[in-house]
Amino acid sequence: MQPAGFDLARYNVRLDSETDFPGWRDAARRLALNEVSPEDISWHVAADSDQPPSDLPAVPGGKQLVVPREFIGHAETAFCHSDPTRFAFLYRLLWRLRTEPRLLAIASDPDTRRLEAMEKAVRRDSHKMRAFVRFRKIGDGDEERYVAWFEPDHFIVERNADFFVRRFTGMRWTILTPHASADWNGERLAIGPGAARSDAPAQDDTESLWRTYFENIFNPARLKVKAMQKEMPKKYWRNLPEASLIPDLIAGADKAATAMIARMPTTPAPHHAKVQAKHWPTREPAVMGDGAHTISELREAAKGCRRCPLWRDATQTVFGEGPDDARVVFVGEQPGDQEDLAGKPFVGPAGKVFDAILDDAGVDRQKVYVTNAVKHFKFEPRGKRRIHSKPNAGEVQACRWWIDRELALIMPDLAVALGATAALSLLGKAIPVTKMRGQVIEREDGLRVFVTIHPSFILRIHEPADKDAERERFLHDMRQVKRLMTA
Amino acid sequence: MSALTVHEKLAILSDAAKYDASCASSGSAKRDSLKSGGIGSTEGMGICHSYAPDGRCISLLKILLTNFCIYDCSYCINRSSSNVRRARFTVDEVVKLTMDFYRRNYIEGLFLSSGVIRSPDETMGEMVEVARRLRLDEKFGGYIHLKTIPECSQELVEKAGLYADRLSINVELPTDEGVKKLAPEKKPETIRLSMARLRRKMEEKAEPTLRTKKRERFAPGGQSTQMIVGADRTSDDGILHTSARLYGSYHLRRVYYSAFSPIPDSSSSLPLQKPPLLREHRLYQADWLMRFYGFSQPEILAGSSDGMLDLAIDPKLAWALRNRGQFPVDINRADREALLRVPGLGTQVVAKILETRRHRRMRLEDLGRVCQSIAKLRPFIIAEGWSPGALTDKAGLRDKIVRSCEQLSLF
Repeated sequence: MQPAGFDLARYNVRLDSETDFPGWRDAARRLALNEVSPEDISWHVAADSDQPPSDLPAVPGGKQLVVPREFIGHAETAFCHSDPTRFAFLYRLLWRLRTEPRLLAIASDPDTRRLEAMEKAVRRDSHKMRAFVRFRKIGDGDEERYVAWFEPDHFIVERNADFFVRRFTGMRWTILTPHASADWNGERLAIGPGAARSDAPAQDDTESLWRTYFENIFNPARLKVKAMQKEMPKKYWRNLPEASLIPDLIAGADKAATAMIARMPTTPAPHHAKVQAKHWPTREPAVMGDGAHTISELREAAKGCRRCPLWRDATQTVFGEGPDDARVVFVGEQPGDQEDLAGKPFVGPAGKVFDAILDDAGVDRQKVYVTNAVKHFKFEPRGKRRIHSKPNAGEVQACRWWIDRELALIMPDLAVALGATAALSLLGKAIPVTKMRGQVIEREDGLRVFVTIHPSFILRIHEPADKDAERERFLHDMRQVKRLMTA
Repeated sequence: MSALTVHEKLAILSDAAKYDASCASSGSAKRDSLKSGGIGSTEGMGICHSYAPDGRCISLLKILLTNFCIYDCSYCINRSSSNVRRARFTVDEVVKLTMDFYRRNYIEGLFLSSGVIRSPDETMGEMVEVARRLRLDEKFGGYIHLKTIPECSQELVEKAGLYADRLSINVELPTDEGVKKLAPEKKPETIRLSMARLRRKMEEKAEPTLRTKKRERFAPGGQSTQMIVGADRTSDDGILHTSARLYGSYHLRRVYYSAFSPIPDSSSSLPLQKPPLLREHRLYQADWLMRFYGFSQPEILAGSSDGMLDLAIDPKLAWALRNRGQFPVDINRADREALLRVPGLGTQVVAKILETRRHRRMRLEDLGRVCQSIAKLRPFIIAEGWSPGALTDKAGLRDKIVRSCEQLSLF
């Protein structure tokens, strides 16, 4: 509603400059609160208008303009666009937002799309300015300054200047553009009037180094001119010292690439034989597992194990660890994520549980030998995680070759099968672990095998009471193992 | 031999570095020079300061410290048997070049790699010294990427991580057999161990220390790697399998695929042909499917006859055509996961659909306004007023889409 007696003629709003967002914001607020519809307003910038500005109506007492919070941010960005109709457009959006507060969320609305497109253009231009400004150095020592000439599409110098301050804090620089300039003297940023290209220095010696780099980093075998021009449109070229090289590089590329392919391989460089002899003497043949007399020799031999395909995806063989003369050997299933990285068994979450319980049971981990039925980590990648997969019977069978030799060298009194896979490996057949838990089975070769669960089973229980109970049972098992050790 | 000028060295040592695909300067910690009064910043998004006519972005000064090398990897221009001209930068020269270029806003920072001379530790030591000098003497806050030499000592890795934003170790080829054949002196086992070592170090340093409760700096931009595509006969399925393994095992930020490019003075054991750029592009798209679109690696090529990505169409479209039973998807009802699997719908468009449809039911025209083209997706969706009917299961669908997309294609 218009106040009584108020003239309904068009309003001429005069903004101080192309980037006078506060001026626009103030005028828009007054006009919108006075219900002045978009078609009744004409927007101008002081410099290019002799139209006398209208007196704007005051904000009616007690009234508030409610627009979505994010609108101001969007409008401020779009305001930097060079489109002369942007002031009116943004007012129209504001006008619509009063009755359609969700408008900005409707990506398919033409006004929302236009706002988005304008913002995108401004952001792109800002980004390209950060990319394509080229400073030239003038003066030396205390007089050293860096000056650039740049021609942006939109009014972005003000909003972009802080970036250059953050980046080039330690030098004195000036960026000149047709609309505005930014100057940093090492302490203070000043925004000044526009300038001309001739105000900037005409050359800088370092540019020839930069051109050398540009020429040589280019790979003529991969010519993709369109991709280059999409990101570095020709309009920027005249202010880029490297751009004048482009036509010749393109013209010569095909020839250069063909020449590269056509050139026959030459004989090796003269120093090659000497380098080979010095650094890569013929390697001694790898140690075979068969000839290993100690656990450390066996471990060395297992590094190159190819008895099953699991080595392909794993980082390394995770061999057993512990003294050669341990009285008891604990056998787990396979290394997990952490064990695969560290190359040591039982160092991951299950290993920590295992360690703590052994400690509670009074078993000294330093005196026991721990190993796994399968010595490479089997997993399926899921993004940045590796999901444990159960080794199959073939893999367990292949890896028994190592377990057998570990046991033969250590000759323990007792082996502890932690879980079904370990039991399968030690006993040669699948057994129901939960049912046979706590039992000692004597193998044909006389080795006693104590059967229990794998400590990771405890980790998988969610219910705290059940978890505690399971931990207690496992502790009970470990105490039994300790008694068997001393028996 | 007369001493080379910096110009000549730069020409040789940037030429030698151009086969490394990575030029990324993004994803590191935010940092600026306001406090230090020095030079340089990283603000998350990297900036490409120029583009070469090969369409590749130039973000970093990508050079080798030296192209003398004791390794003889047949795909590499710097292998010891190559007759390429050799040069070696001093630490001073690299520091000065980096600062001179950075001050003029040519670059985001430095990507330093090197041929291995004498010993891995000696070479790595010099690279770390460059990074140290930049950070401490020059108060340089820009981006530093160091190519890590797998065999170097733990102490040097620690130091490298202290000064660098990103560390990388190239796996070189998708299979160990490939490495053994083409890079006989390189040990795939050592490369894996080094990547594992980096992941552990990064995880260890991500924990606040007991004493100061602060996190120590260690390669905030993570680790990455590069694989050469087309130098051996590994299928795309095999390549993606290796990538999935590397992402899962070593938490890489990126795996770069580098189409094998013929090099001057090439070895006779390699294919002499133009680099398979389109294949490289399709691999990147498939890599994206694994990382941002919820695809597991085996899914991407399941059901294909040869384990190779279709060069004519993008991998998601190819997957959809093989899995038509999962379509059409109702864009007004389907969850995010299902929408992400629709060919032609990217993560940003999906976000817009999810937001818009809270306020209005979307028609085909609405969709046309938020995404680039609906030619590809019409057969796969249901929208208000649109159902593809028998189109989804039509026999010649692939060719039809290929034809309608041809004009839109980047290639």
